[in-house]
Amino acid sequence: MKRVRFWGTRGSLPVALTATELRARLVTAVKGARAATLATEEAVESYVDGLGFPVAGTFGGHTSCVQIETHSSHYVLCDLGSGARPFGQAAMARHGFASPQTYHIFMSHLHWDHIMGLPFFTPAYIPGNRLRIYGGHSELEAALRRQMEPPSFPVPFSYFKADIEFFHLVPGSRHEINGMTVTALRQRHGGDSYGYRFEQDGRTVVYSTDSEHTLADPADTKRFVEFFGGADLVIFDGMYSLADAISVKADWGHSSNVVGVELCQLAGVEHLCLFHHEPAYDDATIARVLDDTRRLEEITRAGHALRISAAYDGLEIEL
Amino acid sequence: MNLRQRVVDGACRFVDLGLTADFERAVVPLLDAAAGPRAGLVFDLERVTYISSVGLRVLMIASKALRARGARIAVAAMQPVVAEILEICRFGAVVEVFTTVDAALDAMSPAAAASRPLATKAP
Repeated sequence: MKRVRFWGTRGSLPVALTATELRARLVTAVKGARAATLATEEAVESYVDGLGFPVAGTFGGHTSCVQIETHSSHYVLCDLGSGARPFGQAAMARHGFASPQTYHIFMSHLHWDHIMGLPFFTPAYIPGNRLRIYGGHSELEAALRRQMEPPSFPVPFSYFKADIEFFHLVPGSRHEINGMTVTALRQRHGGDSYGYRFEQDGRTVVYSTDSEHTLADPADTKRFVEFFGGADLVIFDGMYSLADAISVKADWGHSSNVVGVELCQLAGVEHLCLFHHEPAYDDATIARVLDDTRRLEEITRAGHALRISAAYDGLEIEL
Repeated sequence: MNLRQRVVDGACRFVDLGLTADFERAVVPLLDAAAGPRAGLVFDLERVTYISSVGLRVLMIASKALRARGARIAVAAMQPVVAEILEICRFGAVVEVFTTVDAALDAMSPAAAASRPLATKAP
């Protein structure tokens, strides 16, 4: 595995930057520019970079879709949220219609925000392409077909001309897929969800979203510490604050940045990437959560430093 | 109301994944309404150097139980690291925060402050 590329990082439903928010950022940038010397291209770039991510960037608003780039020419995706649409467009722009590709797609679960990108996934409509869709739910195929039935969507699943196959992964078993060893773990979420551990050439990536951690059960903690064990990267559902996750939003099936840090510290993980951002959070709030999470790691560190990122649409992480 | 105050102290000096069961065992009996009316509960965290999400869960349980019957819950004398952890975990609305146990007792019950010897405090 070479790198991970994020196409959709938002939880629950897509969001977009509003005109009001964009204007406020522009005002901030222009005000700051009054005192700056911006005579050269480099100076402008440097000034923009210095504005900070919540002003000069955005975490983005597509729902879950993560690409794992391997040494194989086949594509590997986790989930088909709305981020699958820009991914599919990028793949089509790269390969065109005459160069069939294979897509291995691992589904965490079948809630709307994780499947809504499939009807807009252009490669599925192209003859010759191959979609291999993996998951732990017995309703995997039925759920993907159902969202394309009237009155929910005007284009039926049968319009897909790619060769599409579904595979049920048994949790806990090691599956050899596309040169990777893939292990699924059942997670606590409404209707269950599945986390995936991908291993290849000494590199390990864990995709664990839409997963609530009960905290009170040491056996559950042990399961996840083993699942995350020694991973180079853990993509983790840090949707809520700890206080919310264990009170007003208990049993909503999500976790917190705080539990992400604790599990990754216990598991000796190298890099924790916060994922499935709360759609009500603006960029400044997510950036503040990231700062807080890094500070928590710093003040609770017992061994090696855990690197922490917050995923955004377009982020690439080298492995 | 017949005010009684209890202070839970260093029994949970390091509230982590291994010790939280002890913490919970110490706290749960204090939440039992049958144990008597209680205006509030103050956690003296002076000697607590770290608290994990599992330990904070116990505070959340206590907060829910006490507030459900109109009682208050506070933490006091936190070390800076523990205070920062609570802030990062957004526990500001879960427990009241005081710089000292005396300040907590004074604020939560002036009457109880006057009878402070009733408080149980570990050595």
